[in-house]
Amino acid sequence: MIGSGKKVGGVEFRSVSRRYGTVAAVDDISFKVEPGTLVTLLGPSGCGKTTTLRMIAGLEAPTEGTILIGGRDVTLLPATDRDVTMVFQSYALFPHMNVLDNVAFGLEVSGVPKAQREAQAMEGLAMVGLDGFENRLPSELSGGQQQRVAVARALVLEPEVLLFDEPLSNLDAKLRRKMRDDIRELQLKLGLTSVYVTHDQEEALAVSDRIIVMNRAVIAQEGTPADLYRRPNSRFVADFMGISNLLDGTIVRRAEGRATVTFGEATVELPDPGSRGDAVTVGVRPQAIRLTAEGGPASLPVTVRKATYLGSHLEYVLDSSVGELFVVDPTSETPVPPGTSAFATFREDGVALVPRGD
Amino acid sequence: MFRSHLLWLIVGWIGWALAPWYGFASSRSRPLLGDWPPSGLLAGLDDAPWLLPLGLFLALPIPFVLTRSRHVGAALIAAGIGGLVWMMAQGSAIGLRGWSWPFLANLFGPLAHGQAGMGFGAAATALAFLFFLTLGLAARGAMKGDRFTTGAIGFLIASIALFVFWPVSTVFSQAMLPDDGLSGPMALAHRLTARDIWSLGCVFGDTRCGVVWNSVVLGTLCGVITTVLGLAFALVATRTKFPYQRLLRLLSVLPIITPPFVIGLAVILLFGRNGTVTLFLADNFGLTATRWIYGLPGILLTQSLAFTPIAFLVLIGVVQGIAPSMEEAAQTLRAGRWQTFRRVTWPLMRPGLANAFLVGFIESLADFGNPLVMGGGYEVLSTKIFYAVVGAQNDPGRAAALGIVLLALCVGAFLVQHRWVGTASYTTVGGKGFAGTPAELPVWLKRAVYATALPWAAFTFLLYGLILYGGFVENWGRNNAFTLRHYITDFGLEWGKHGLVWTGRAWNSLFTTLEVSAVAAPLTAAMGLLTAYLLVRQRFAGRAAFEFMTMLSFAIPGTVIGVAYILAFNQPPVELTGTAAILVVCFVFRNMPVAIRAGVASMSQLDRNLDECALTLGANSAQTIRRVILPLLRPAIVAALVYSFVRAITSVSAVIFLVSARHDMATSYIVGRVEIGDFGLAIAYSSVLVVLMGLAIIVIQWAVGERRIARPTSHTPTARPREVAA
Repeated sequence: MIGSGKKVGGVEFRSVSRRYGTVAAVDDISFKVEPGTLVTLLGPSGCGKTTTLRMIAGLEAPTEGTILIGGRDVTLLPATDRDVTMVFQSYALFPHMNVLDNVAFGLEVSGVPKAQREAQAMEGLAMVGLDGFENRLPSELSGGQQQRVAVARALVLEPEVLLFDEPLSNLDAKLRRKMRDDIRELQLKLGLTSVYVTHDQEEALAVSDRIIVMNRAVIAQEGTPADLYRRPNSRFVADFMGISNLLDGTIVRRAEGRATVTFGEATVELPDPGSRGDAVTVGVRPQAIRLTAEGGPASLPVTVRKATYLGSHLEYVLDSSVGELFVVDPTSETPVPPGTSAFATFREDGVALVPRGD
Repeated sequence: MFRSHLLWLIVGWIGWALAPWYGFASSRSRPLLGDWPPSGLLAGLDDAPWLLPLGLFLALPIPFVLTRSRHVGAALIAAGIGGLVWMMAQGSAIGLRGWSWPFLANLFGPLAHGQAGMGFGAAATALAFLFFLTLGLAARGAMKGDRFTTGAIGFLIASIALFVFWPVSTVFSQAMLPDDGLSGPMALAHRLTARDIWSLGCVFGDTRCGVVWNSVVLGTLCGVITTVLGLAFALVATRTKFPYQRLLRLLSVLPIITPPFVIGLAVILLFGRNGTVTLFLADNFGLTATRWIYGLPGILLTQSLAFTPIAFLVLIGVVQGIAPSMEEAAQTLRAGRWQTFRRVTWPLMRPGLANAFLVGFIESLADFGNPLVMGGGYEVLSTKIFYAVVGAQNDPGRAAALGIVLLALCVGAFLVQHRWVGTASYTTVGGKGFAGTPAELPVWLKRAVYATALPWAAFTFLLYGLILYGGFVENWGRNNAFTLRHYITDFGLEWGKHGLVWTGRAWNSLFTTLEVSAVAAPLTAAMGLLTAYLLVRQRFAGRAAFEFMTMLSFAIPGTVIGVAYILAFNQPPVELTGTAAILVVCFVFRNMPVAIRAGVASMSQLDRNLDECALTLGANSAQTIRRVILPLLRPAIVAALVYSFVRAITSVSAVIFLVSARHDMATSYIVGRVEIGDFGLAIAYSSVLVVLMGLAIIVIQWAVGERRIARPTSHTPTARPREVAA
């Protein structure tokens, strides 16, 4: 039974760098993945997240630093000898083998007898809901089914660590949501240590125990999904987590761990971020702004520039004294026409303070 | 300790201590051993003491390997380099008749005996030293410690150096041999500037022009004509609704299965002194039958016929590479058909046209068969090289100098072409699978294209028809009675007292040809695909140089290779002339670039993630290659096999220098018949070859087609661009 002989190990990076000539793809990063958890590497393309994943798999060798899996130093161990499997972005199903042979391949090359490996492969296929498909060729499967085969193939080896390299990027939006839930469910059920790479913040929030945001070869911030969303430590992270309104503000008063911040005409009171200066960036989620006729202290006078009806919600672009604001309003059905003067009122739980300067 | 360390230690020791050290031409009786073929060790103990130090180099790594020392890498590198250097030094310093260079005799005193060329034992020992070196480098961390990759790179570089660069450099040294009291460099300069090479007498005086100008004029004309014709065919095939597209495809296969002088034979049947057309004109219009076809017109006609299909293949890729969407875009911007062609299609094709021209130019320069058959008094470089070696002149120095000139021209054109290909692939090819239909040609252009291509195609097919027919005619032009005489002379079979007797005169060369080709083909495919694997899948320092080196050997004309091989391999240390091995080696290295291209093309279509995935699933390099890469490369393997097999059978330029009485090849046998005017036999034999090759191609294409049906991945539409399309 898959998952019964559990030998779950964590992953640890100690000051790992990967350089190509003078260019650093990954620059001195350290992190830990606790056994049995799913950690996501999130970041824009070219930030080093895939290189990091490939170093865990042993497909790239670090230029400096140490990589540990299950407490063992594997820095110099080639991919073949690591107890790590990977679900590739392109799935990398062997097109000349049928589904069963694909799933059994890893067992076969490690010398498991035919009957046993086929039984295990069938079990793996059942786990991803593909029993009955074992004699098909990969080309005879839909994208979602191919994805499941790739997952089953990685699972049946019962690896210490399971890696996902943007596994959902080739699927359409609807299927992506379903597959992402299935992957998370399997991971929790089997208690697998997993590292997951994506550039989609929503996907990262949905599947992860912890998220590591990477930018330009270094770790920008690490934390639980809620940490990152509520308390981004930089403008970059805030922007990447979908906090699209980033305004310049000033802390005018600090008391008892609370800070009073003004930006433009608005004043809000928030937990003190503990930054040294009084100049801060105020990040406001588009869902935390309401368009109101009357203003309060936490309001800015605005003019509606653009209103878009999107069925489930409305989107506004507003002009204010501190710049452009982007608003998502799921509560109303009738858009306020462009040109209207109104107030943008901020909900304090949707506002985060980020140290200025980066 | 790795198994591979042990394996090559054993191979080295067997090669040195047990296997016969000397090669095929060694039959000297020795003082102690008599006629027994000695191993390196025994010969060393007997009368060749210079072989003994090799034992030291073979012994050096043993303690390190057995004790699993940390310094095993350094020891292997030292033993490998030392052994290779010593082998090369003793091999080149001591030839058949003792010291090769007088100063060594002065230094060490004369030797009683020389030594013969190296044989199996020496080859095994040399290989072992080579792999000592690569294993040592791998142990020191080269190529991430991958012993297979390091070994493969070392092996390929060493073999290309031995069988391409060394022979070519011998050509240079031969051209520098002192002559008539001239010192080396002076002799070289004298030979390279000879009047009969460079003279412009036909322009500024009454004498003949130098052979270089003959070649260049011929090459330029041939390049222009084949490009124009090739373009016409490419446009017919892609931009018109011509109903017989498959026939055009057949046209593109024909030159591959045709020995290079066969077209010349057909042209002689039409336009020679007894040719059908000549006789018709003489009978009806009273024109005197002359030998006008022999010379520039004949060579140009035959080369254009032979190389137009190659230009067609180059240009059809170019024309297809122009995305219809670009032309559609032009049309939506209100460009008419002509404007679209003139402003969009044509500029995109231009680099491809230059490329096709250069290919035609190079092919024409390197061509040997047609000038030999059709040349008459019109001398070109390739034939002049041949006559400098085999004729009454027998002047290797002159042949070498001519070879240098030809080599410089071909390689120069190849370098220019290489750059064009590079730029062309960026400007025109946006990838395949564009939606949309290509724009139709303007009407008058379509007519012009048809008027060019179709008569030419008809002419080509007529000539092939003549070839097949001409073998059944008693004496073409004079006596057109039907006969099987030529076939019986070539391929007669009789029942004798002891069973079947192969009485035909051609059997011997046909069997040799098939045998040599059958040996060469798998070797070519294996080496080509191995090279392709390294080029596509491995990153190593000097990769670009390595790729260029392998492709360069394609640009070396066959005649130059032929001369280079007889100059380099006619004496120790590597003595191969007169053997079948030299034919095999020659084919492998001449045809390898095609196998490399086939391999590179299909391997770059394989998603790199496939190998990586196999690795993460616990397969090692060998398992990955065997289980994942090779099965997916099967079509490329088949293509490489077929091509190298067919090319080995039809090639003539290099072969004609390398055949011997025991190992005659079909093409050189045919050329021999042609030279003594025995056209019937030559044509009968040629048709048999064409038909044989045609069958081979059909069988193989059918087999390749079967693969695709069995694995429907290749034509299943997929929405994912990175999904493998094998």
